[in-house]
Amino acid sequence: MSETPLLSMRGIGKSFLGVPVLHGVDLTIEQGEVHALVGENGAGKSTLMKILAGVHSADAGTVELNTGESGGRMVSFTHPLQAQHAGVASVFQEFNLLPELSVAENVHLGREPRRRGLIDRRAMAERTAEVLADLGVEDLAPTAKVGSLSVAHQQITEIAKAVSQGADLICMDEPTAALADAEVELLYRLVRRLKERGVSVLYVSHRLKEIFDLCDRITVLKDGRLVQCADTADITPDDLVTAMVGRRIEAVFPERLEGTAAGEVRLEVRGGGNAWVDGIDLDVRAGEIVGLAGLQGSGRTEIAEAVFGIAPFTRGTVKVDGKPIRITRPRKAIGAGIALVTEDRKAQGLALRQSVRANARMVLDANARVHSRKRLNRIPGLLSSLDLVARGEDQEVRYLSGGNQQKVVVAKWLAAEPGVIVLDEPTRGIDVGAKHKLYSVIRELAAEGLAVLLIASELIEVIGLADRIVVLHDGRIAGELPGGATEQDVMAYATGRRAEESRPA
Amino acid sequence: MTLLAPERDRAGRRPARRLSTTALIYLALVGVLALGGAAVALDGGNLFATANLVDMLTRTSLTGFLAIGMTFVILCRSLDLSVGYVAALSSLVAATTMDGQPGNIPVAIGLVLLVSGLIGAANGAFVTVLGVNPFIATLGTGLILKGYLDTQYKGPAGDVPAVFQQFGYTRIAFIPVSTVVMLVLAAAAVWFLRSTRTGHHMYAVGGDVDVARMSGIRTKGVLLAAHVLCAMFAGVAGLLLAARFGTGSAEAYTNLYELDAIAAVVLGGTLLLGGRGGVAGTVAGVAILAVLDTVFNVMQVDPFAKDVLRGAVIITAVALYARRQLDRTARRPRFTLEGRLR
Repeated sequence: MSETPLLSMRGIGKSFLGVPVLHGVDLTIEQGEVHALVGENGAGKSTLMKILAGVHSADAGTVELNTGESGGRMVSFTHPLQAQHAGVASVFQEFNLLPELSVAENVHLGREPRRRGLIDRRAMAERTAEVLADLGVEDLAPTAKVGSLSVAHQQITEIAKAVSQGADLICMDEPTAALADAEVELLYRLVRRLKERGVSVLYVSHRLKEIFDLCDRITVLKDGRLVQCADTADITPDDLVTAMVGRRIEAVFPERLEGTAAGEVRLEVRGGGNAWVDGIDLDVRAGEIVGLAGLQGSGRTEIAEAVFGIAPFTRGTVKVDGKPIRITRPRKAIGAGIALVTEDRKAQGLALRQSVRANARMVLDANARVHSRKRLNRIPGLLSSLDLVARGEDQEVRYLSGGNQQKVVVAKWLAAEPGVIVLDEPTRGIDVGAKHKLYSVIRELAAEGLAVLLIASELIEVIGLADRIVVLHDGRIAGELPGGATEQDVMAYATGRRAEESRPA
Repeated sequence: MTLLAPERDRAGRRPARRLSTTALIYLALVGVLALGGAAVALDGGNLFATANLVDMLTRTSLTGFLAIGMTFVILCRSLDLSVGYVAALSSLVAATTMDGQPGNIPVAIGLVLLVSGLIGAANGAFVTVLGVNPFIATLGTGLILKGYLDTQYKGPAGDVPAVFQQFGYTRIAFIPVSTVVMLVLAAAAVWFLRSTRTGHHMYAVGGDVDVARMSGIRTKGVLLAAHVLCAMFAGVAGLLLAARFGTGSAEAYTNLYELDAIAAVVLGGTLLLGGRGGVAGTVAGVAILAVLDTVFNVMQVDPFAKDVLRGAVIITAVALYARRQLDRTARRPRFTLEGRLR
């Protein structure tokens, strides 16, 4: 290992719209090192990686890069191309590939080898084959069309692209998130091969097994701050989980309301599965709040979408209030008394250029099965009970704050008097006051006998509100915990550190 | 473009053989020829009689020039609705510049290509620099040209010398010269898309402009080049119009050539959303439309039924392509139908 590190980032700070997401974070990467960057959802891993990739620029701090003969120099990337030219390549979860082009064409995109001014396809294929052989990949033809490849092979194409650009540092964001187990082995070999060649790898992940299998050092982030940077040999998996979470519960959650009692099962799923989730058994009783926890991509939203008929279950059975039902479309879900507050409020929850009134009436107006004069008349009362702050019911919802927009979304669903309400990230991007209001509303709904399924990335929300917590890992239920469980316990299931033994495979 | 996908999957097995879109379109062309031939035969005629073949091939050249150019812009996920007007204007520029003098022909051709290229550059600039939606930008350009044509030319203008009219009428055996020129330019366009950087990058720009930009491609330049080429091909179409009519004709735009060109491109398997397709398919698309028109002509199908059938063929073809696209979902599946890990 050389004296000076390949990369050293010092005191990196970054805010989005006044909300700080990184506070003076340091990161050093040695040459030929595989360095893990870990942390919970929202800890700032992706932001740090994007600063390094030139997607975002840092508000504070310095980046020193030590590549090639040029020696150490301060850099500040304002465009991804600058980062690439400096030898820093990034493989994001969303691949930067063109599915209609071949592997070789993608690897050389924008840098096509030419002979007498014309594209030299033979050289392109040969060079790609060389890079792939160098990486120890034998089963990928340079002429294969990228769109026809498996995710793992697309990822290899991305990595080959980075290598052929002469990258000294390759950053990988959750590289195994979409891979099957067998494919993970392939990635392991690739990362080790890169290391042998002296290429450094920044491995962003929260899967403990991979980190301990692959990485030399680990940097832990929490709430945008550096917690720890340690050699992998000096830290145990349990220590690491503690370092990742171990946060005091600063938010105050309202107590369960007087008279709330778990009643009959209102939503029952047995063996539910589709292309993204499998073997889902779920009971949500009247008056009960069930939390769905898991890492990003673990299948939380997919369950919500399956229950609501957006991407229905293709296996298993669903019962609502004891009656078997095949929910194949959102209309059927609404008819059965299910409501879904979607994760993406602006794209899926609201007609932004329409008024508060039009949005609040939308579910009732669109579905004859739930439409009634009485329910329409309740809407103004509903909106004021949610403490909606708007200039009036005629105001277009796009002018409302995030919190008030969310209240309109909640109102439009409550207007239909559902029996089951699924809330997917209901507090994302809203202010503290609105958050607390929503927490109280969730408690009130339970007290009224609704079955509540709550999805939240912020573990403390699930822990603080739910009566039971179902933890997902890779599209399956990893375990179930009582409300008030510790973050460590939830993370142990979510990261695949612990799996429920009793569950049949 | 290869006929069969040669790649193997991870286990080294060959995936189910699937015809490439281009191969499929040529098969469709053969099918349309066979069906059309049979229909005409049942009617007591012969679709493959020399007169009918000449008619068919003559129809391909004009739409062909426009559709080849249109392929470039559609590949880049753009569009050009002004080509019909550019062709009409070009016919006038050509006829008035030639003014009956064979010696003026080279100047006239150069001027046509210059004028149409400039219009294409303007279209490209509206789309890339001003960020105007290509549909609106080129519709606007078309309307401006229409206004100019309507007010400045009350009828045919200029005089095309007999030598140049040969371009419109001469045949080698039953193949019109204009069709040969079209096929040569089509071959050049195929080569351009495959072998030059700019051509190759058109697929990238149309496929995903962000990926293209992130890979260091000057996306605006590529888009601009596509628009210039498209308009220049419209200029060539204008030259053919002039050769056929013997004069410049402002009225030519009323035939809505641009819509035929777009239909041929899409029928030829180029994705309207860009990034996929090519000129080889476009030529087949043009040919299919030409065969249909000749069949309708020979069988004297009434104009209404003819338009209905044309529309139905185009919609059916695109619906079939859409089905082929369906297997590409945005989210990567994790489990198989039976619930096994993929």
